[in-house]
Amino acid sequence: MSEDLPAGVERREFDGRSRLATRGEPVYGEPTDGAWRAWDPTRSKLGGMIELGMDTGLVGGETVLYLGAAAGTTVGHVADFAGPTYAVEFAPRPARDLLDVAASRDRLFPLLKDARKPATYAHVVEADVDVVVQDVATRGQADVAVRNARFLADDGRLLLAVKARSEDVTADPAETFDGVLDRLGDAYDVLETCRLDRFHEDHLGVVATPTR
Amino acid sequence: MTDDTHGEGAGWFAALDPDDPDDPGDQGGPDAAATAITAGSAETPRDWPTLAVEAGFAASTDDYYDRLHDATTAATRRTVRERERADDQQLIHAIRAVDDCERVANELAERATEWAGGLFEEAPAGVAGAREVAARDPSTDAERRAVSLATRAVDLADERDALAAYIERVAPAVAPNLAAMAGAELAARLIALAGGLEPLAKKPSGTVQVLGAEDALFAHLAGRAPSPKHGIIYTHDFVRNTRPEDRGSASRALAGKLTLAARVDHYSGERREAIHEDLRERIATIRARADDAASDGGSADE
Repeated sequence: MSEDLPAGVERREFDGRSRLATRGEPVYGEPTDGAWRAWDPTRSKLGGMIELGMDTGLVGGETVLYLGAAAGTTVGHVADFAGPTYAVEFAPRPARDLLDVAASRDRLFPLLKDARKPATYAHVVEADVDVVVQDVATRGQADVAVRNARFLADDGRLLLAVKARSEDVTADPAETFDGVLDRLGDAYDVLETCRLDRFHEDHLGVVATPTR
Repeated sequence: MTDDTHGEGAGWFAALDPDDPDDPGDQGGPDAAATAITAGSAETPRDWPTLAVEAGFAASTDDYYDRLHDATTAATRRTVRERERADDQQLIHAIRAVDDCERVANELAERATEWAGGLFEEAPAGVAGAREVAARDPSTDAERRAVSLATRAVDLADERDALAAYIERVAPAVAPNLAAMAGAELAARLIALAGGLEPLAKKPSGTVQVLGAEDALFAHLAGRAPSPKHGIIYTHDFVRNTRPEDRGSASRALAGKLTLAARVDHYSGERREAIHEDLRERIATIRARADDAASDGGSADE
């Protein structure tokens, strides 16, 4: 597996195991090595996508819109290696933890907003971001991605984790993924897909770029 | 600031005064900035950092991002607090409304069945009787009034059930650990007695133990009675179904863990499995005393 990790992400030894890591304040008691902290691919879809060798196009220092930030586990790592990072989360309770993550990261901007309604944060999130990361567990995940395409630069990337069970708990995940990819085609060209089952059951990782 | 940055489609910073961002009385204070983040909207994003520097809101892009960090953090913190505060207050209203509905439904049902008893054949007292009366077909004016009154009683009893179902749904969101340990209804009652989740989280365990037994507590403090062993937590299975001589220990243990649960819920909000296991173990130990006593008694008899 060729490794093109973004600047600011490295493989380091934790308890004899080589693991992904970024530099920043610990968030939830993860193992640390000096300023470095382990990035657990089983807790983070984006971590899983990188661990599985998907070509995310991340280089470090980019401007990021992160949809579905939850308590900030993943977005904390993103803010560690990326540039300005907008973190959108809908639920107040996890947002409280997200605030703690943002407290030690001055380029992480927490926004308590509904990712299905981009107009409620387009007055804050800048145009032409380099990357949209999406990990929202609601129905209509493709719709969310399509509506948020307006924020992406022409050569930007969508890094999407699709949860099959959020769309339809009874359907075969493979069919659900086909439906999501079909809808994504309205606004994106899909570059790569990869099942994340090794780390996240019934999830599909998608890398896409906007159709212009 | 130029006028075209105002109004619909403008950035969050458009109406803020950049010169004095730390004066809360000022237009550009943190409150105004947070409100602009929370309440604003735009159809299309623009290059806000550059526009903000051009408009004189920020000296540089770095300065803009610093201000954005302060404003988004303040806005999120404020909204998080408001929503959480709102939620435990809804729970308090709902549990009080449950008690009101139950009390009034019983009173009205009592009156309606008593009245109907003189008009139709005897119906059982209470809400069950009111349901029978409400289903009747009245033929006289008096019957119409009695049946109508019974219908109101039944409606109130149904409203009580709907409120209880609402509490079952909301309590786990407001206080996941407390609701899992106490059940939704008792969790709501504890929050209501304390006046909110935060005040409950700040109470010592000994106070939580006797919440709802204030009369007995003050009688004790006045020297007229023994100290109460339990308040509203008496309704919990761990207290009620423990033999009387061990109920003091059981309610002390339960109150201790309920207090921890309320604190975890208020300060972290995560589900913490360990406190639930600790409590189950502790109650099992306390209840085992009864078995020990039984086997001791058995051997003494021999």
